[in-house]
Amino acid sequence: MSGEPILEVKDLTVGFPTDDGVVHAVRGVSYSVAAREVVGIVGESGCGKSVTSMAMMGLLPRTARIGGSIRFRGQELVGAPKKALRALRGSKIAMIFQDPMTAMNPVYTVGWQLGEALRAHSDLSGRAASKRAIELLDLVGIPQPERRAEQYPHEFSGGMRQRAMIAMAISNNPDVIIADEPTTALDVTVQAQVLETLLRLKDEVNAAIILITHDLGVVAGMVDDLKVMYAGRIVESGTVDDIFYRPRMPYTVGLLGSLPSAAGGTDRLTPIKGSPPSLLRLKPGCPFSARCPIVRDECLSVEPELAGVGPGHLAACVATDEVAAMANPKDMFHAPPLVVAGSEADT
Amino acid sequence: MLRFALRRLLIAIPLLVVASILVFVLVVNTGDPLEDMRTNPRIPKGQIALQEHKLGLDQPVTVRYWRWVSKAVHGDFGKDNKDRPVWPQVKRALFVTLRLVLLAQIIAVLIGVTIGVISAVRQYSWFDYAATGISFFLFSMPIVAVAAFLRYIGALRVNEWLGRTKNPLIKVQGDRTFPSKCTPNNPGACGLRAGLYDFATHALLPTLALLLITYAGYSRFQRASMLETLSSDYTRTARAKGITERRVIMRHAFRNSLIPVTTIMALDFGAIIGGAIITETIFEWRGMGRLLIDSINKIDPNILLCWLMITATCVIVFNIIADLLYAVLDPRIRLG
Amino acid sequence: MAEIITRQAVVEESTTPMPGPGPDREFTVEARSQWKTIVRRFVHHRLAMISLFLFVLLVIASIIGPPLWKYKFDQTLRKPAGSGPNWLSPTWEHPFGISRTGYDQLALVMRGLQYSIRIALVVVVVSTVLGVVIGAISGYFGKWIDTISMRFVDLMLIIPFQVAVACLQRNVKGSNWLWLALFLAGFSWMGLARIIRGEFLSLREKEFVEAARAVGAKPMRIIFRQILPNALGPIIVSATLAVGGAVLAEAALSFIGLGVKQPDTSLGFLIERGKGEAATKPYLFWWPVVILCIISLTVNFVGDGLRDAFDPRQNRVRA
Repeated sequence: MSGEPILEVKDLTVGFPTDDGVVHAVRGVSYSVAAREVVGIVGESGCGKSVTSMAMMGLLPRTARIGGSIRFRGQELVGAPKKALRALRGSKIAMIFQDPMTAMNPVYTVGWQLGEALRAHSDLSGRAASKRAIELLDLVGIPQPERRAEQYPHEFSGGMRQRAMIAMAISNNPDVIIADEPTTALDVTVQAQVLETLLRLKDEVNAAIILITHDLGVVAGMVDDLKVMYAGRIVESGTVDDIFYRPRMPYTVGLLGSLPSAAGGTDRLTPIKGSPPSLLRLKPGCPFSARCPIVRDECLSVEPELAGVGPGHLAACVATDEVAAMANPKDMFHAPPLVVAGSEADT
Repeated sequence: MLRFALRRLLIAIPLLVVASILVFVLVVNTGDPLEDMRTNPRIPKGQIALQEHKLGLDQPVTVRYWRWVSKAVHGDFGKDNKDRPVWPQVKRALFVTLRLVLLAQIIAVLIGVTIGVISAVRQYSWFDYAATGISFFLFSMPIVAVAAFLRYIGALRVNEWLGRTKNPLIKVQGDRTFPSKCTPNNPGACGLRAGLYDFATHALLPTLALLLITYAGYSRFQRASMLETLSSDYTRTARAKGITERRVIMRHAFRNSLIPVTTIMALDFGAIIGGAIITETIFEWRGMGRLLIDSINKIDPNILLCWLMITATCVIVFNIIADLLYAVLDPRIRLG
Repeated sequence: MAEIITRQAVVEESTTPMPGPGPDREFTVEARSQWKTIVRRFVHHRLAMISLFLFVLLVIASIIGPPLWKYKFDQTLRKPAGSGPNWLSPTWEHPFGISRTGYDQLALVMRGLQYSIRIALVVVVVSTVLGVVIGAISGYFGKWIDTISMRFVDLMLIIPFQVAVACLQRNVKGSNWLWLALFLAGFSWMGLARIIRGEFLSLREKEFVEAARAVGAKPMRIIFRQILPNALGPIIVSATLAVGGAVLAEAALSFIGLGVKQPDTSLGFLIERGKGEAATKPYLFWWPVVILCIISLTVNFVGDGLRDAFDPRQNRVRA
């Protein structure tokens, strides 16, 4: 939104060859992240949001086929030498993973693992690294950091482990922190604390954040720019206000409708029926057509591109006008979806 | 940790007692050790009765067992049916077996773990396919087939090829050249070098046979274990830190993959003391495996019980060692 | 014993980390499609299918071979007049040669195979039932029942089964293959029992078990109707691999003279008879050995294929 983009993703595609064929996990994703910006990516599991971020980190399995471009401060990351990627990983681009229970190596102390992250990108001595590790633990709000640094991950609670992961992520003053479902595995009360810590430290190290989640509630309060992903593509993009109050893509509408108390109280929950299509053999047309209550004939033949529906607000749907005209778009999911021949959910 | 080990040892004592009772009852009911004497009409009845008394065959089983126990707790394992002390025989067999299986086991672990790790790191490479295929094949082979192949086909061909059919280089029988005493007529047994050479030419085949099937198991297991740790979340975290791939593999994936393998290794070390019956039979080594079979065939309870005490203790001790190692390697495990 | 124990340990452990058909997945509506995918995955495992085919072929040969083959196992052959000293060697008439005592070796091997498979099947059925029942009860009830069962497992693991088998062999007159199979089974259920116990320890805490308990289901019903189906994967794989294990164990016993005896026979029995002539009359020794190897290989391949089919994580990614 503001400032020069430091990270630019363009037409990113990722495919995984399997015994049954190629799974097209990401099918042409483009967006950019400016310095200190917080970008949210939401979508159901399996929509390609995590794969996108793994591609940025260069952490996809060797077999993955990556196309398109990811530029970090002008440097192309797709196809870059492993060594160059490694130099960026953990220093300029850091990552926080979903499950703090398994994300840390159970056989090393938390302090050791923090120290390892520090020493990977500097020539700190072992002692200096462990001293800095204790400072970092203190910074993320872990009490008694000296004692805690000597402990193993299993001696930490879930929230504390995620704080330690945040400490690890900020240890080398990164420009971008990718947080992949950072609070999903945590209690609701702990979630807020961890998010608050993340935002506070982001300002401290001047990093941008890419926040990946399936929980719209998490992004509502902290994100500048929001992307909605479905079946390996971005289907709607805009500010939080755009997405929450002016959704134009039926899938976004459905996602909001599945959110309890998003609009406060009286609204019924309106779940989206069916499940996302298999990315192995995708049928032509809009991938949401099988679940869409306002599906039209043209949805079954052509997949719509992202197009502007307002300032900085993009949506990939042929019926954006129709959605815009609805008084309460969520109601469309109450009516049984039209059954069009050949559009049954591909299960 | 010491308390844990001691407690486990104490718990194991009743196990040893029950096992020895069962084995004693079984062997006593297997048959009559004096059958040969009885069927020989030239041996007078009185001599048989004397022998019966000596072996305690005229006593009830409970009395015989009690006699054995009261001596065994003092470390005296008694004498065998032919009135020879048991312990030196078992000790000798133990050393023969140790020479055979220890070497095979150690090499098998080293090769197996190495191949398993490389296979996992290069999953689906030609190396992986070849190594996985070969170890699957060897893993499935009965030891009879491997040992017999080495003895009757491999050794024969190699000796022929070396032009040493009369005085084969690779020995297929026994654990040493007989007689092994250093005499002017037998210079081959003089000195450490000659002794080692003699041992090596005898040990090559049986060691290889054991090695081949054992390594195969370890490499399969290590590969599976390593694949698991390589795809774990913490390995991904380690990669995300930007440390070198080498360090990711060695310090994170490899280090953690060793936890289950070490446990199995310790358990196996406890089990191999019982000897390799088939290998020892085919290559005519007189180790613990043959000792077991011979004592069963001769219905010799004292040798059998001594064998049992040694092997059972080894199994139990290495079980405890496996648990201790697990606790040392994985800080999440608490000994209780 | 090392070679047997070592491999048992490795086999047992390598099956341990294998999850069953998703422990959190209840055995309800999804079950059918889940089984379908398992069968589909197995059928697509080419080596496993070839192995299964070969194995079935061997089993059929061992059953219909003896009555169809022109020589019977107890039909003494005479040395033809004018033949050389090599008249025992394999010919088109006697593809596997003729045994020392003048019997057609092919007829002997087919009959030996039949006995080996018969013994193995009894061992597998009995030891699987023993392992599942003891493991399930031990894991489900825990406490002193668990302690006692696991001590019992420890005990069985340190007793040399050769002693028990020898005792049996000397005391049973005549045909002893069934007894031998039962004894072998009695000494080979411990690995499976430990696996099943582990599965039950984790499964009994699951919500669907809680739910069953909450509506007042009896323990036996919960064990066999609710939990056991979730542990079917490891059981089936373990039982399959046990077929190979049992054939090898029997062969090893017969090889050291503690296995079947006349009038029974088995592959191990034939191997033991031929071992003295392995160098001079290789066909007498090697044919049963080769059959033994094929059985072990094919069974392991089938077991491997089943494990892959049951293992939901094994969504192979290939370059």
